[in-house]
Amino acid sequence: MSGLIGKKIGMTSVYNADGQALACTVIETGPCVVTQVRTVEKDGYEAVQLGFGEKKEKHTNKPELGHFKKAGTTPKRKLVEFKEFEQGLDLGQTLKAADVFVEGDFVDVVGTAKGRGFQGVVKRHGFGGVGGQTHGQHNRQRHPGSIGACSFPSRVFKGLRMAGRMGGNRVKVQNLRVLRVLSDQNLLVVSGSIPGAKNSYVIIEK
Amino acid sequence: MNDLIKLVEDDNAQRRTNLPDFRAGDTVNVHVKIREGNKERIQVFTGTVIQRRNPNTNGETFTVRKVSNGIGVERIFPALSPNVDKVEIVRMGKVRRARLFYLRGRQGKAARVKERKAKVRQAVAA
Repeated sequence: MSGLIGKKIGMTSVYNADGQALACTVIETGPCVVTQVRTVEKDGYEAVQLGFGEKKEKHTNKPELGHFKKAGTTPKRKLVEFKEFEQGLDLGQTLKAADVFVEGDFVDVVGTAKGRGFQGVVKRHGFGGVGGQTHGQHNRQRHPGSIGACSFPSRVFKGLRMAGRMGGNRVKVQNLRVLRVLSDQNLLVVSGSIPGAKNSYVIIEK
Repeated sequence: MNDLIKLVEDDNAQRRTNLPDFRAGDTVNVHVKIREGNKERIQVFTGTVIQRRNPNTNGETFTVRKVSNGIGVERIFPALSPNVDKVEIVRMGKVRRARLFYLRGRQGKAARVKERKAKVRQAVAA
């Protein structure tokens, strides 16, 4: 699996050859730097660690600084390991968007979803609510309804879907088509939406 | 808007410059590309523009209404779609609102739109 780290820029739409408007997301990806190469002999598995996004030296602690120095690069904000990268990579090598992705590829994008706070069951789990305002309902349109039976089992089953904190979790969307690669600006245009807010970091896996 | 997004929308900006400045009430010829098998031909749809939605954005659309054999027909075109070959203004209309949905309830003489003289627009431009 190869991939890169990127930053979500925002959404727009592009027209395909048939004249259909496609919703798409623009991701700025690369240049990523190889900050560490993990090998079977040394670490027990094959992987490369990539770094993306500039960070000030004063915001970097000494051990991290040494890590970046070893790779011969400036401090990076986001470090991600990719297992079994298809291309053989050396320490300190830089990767651009066009090195990894071509138009027409299918990619998976991983990000942190926007935090929604404490949400009810209708928004959080897609419940239908009570389904009407008549037949005695007046103050429970978006309530979950019954959460279990009575004297047997005399308890609420574990894992029952209820209201609570929503969002802020790691989300992966699969099979997004790469609509365009702008190699000069290191931009990637993928179909559909991806998790997270604008300017948040995402991992693009191929 | 972010500059990087503008780069992606470059093509659309190009198409926008080719689009004439028409408004609700204008009568237009819309040249639509139609693909039949491998052949491509152009069909003209003539009617009154009854609205322009989300103007000056990427997703701009406009609605054209005509009465065909006594039946009202409305088509919504994405303004920047490559399938919209070109738009010609046939007649400029003088209307007092941006969305002419009131035309839907009218027939014949009542469904007319007053003409706006080109002179008025030139004066504005100068």
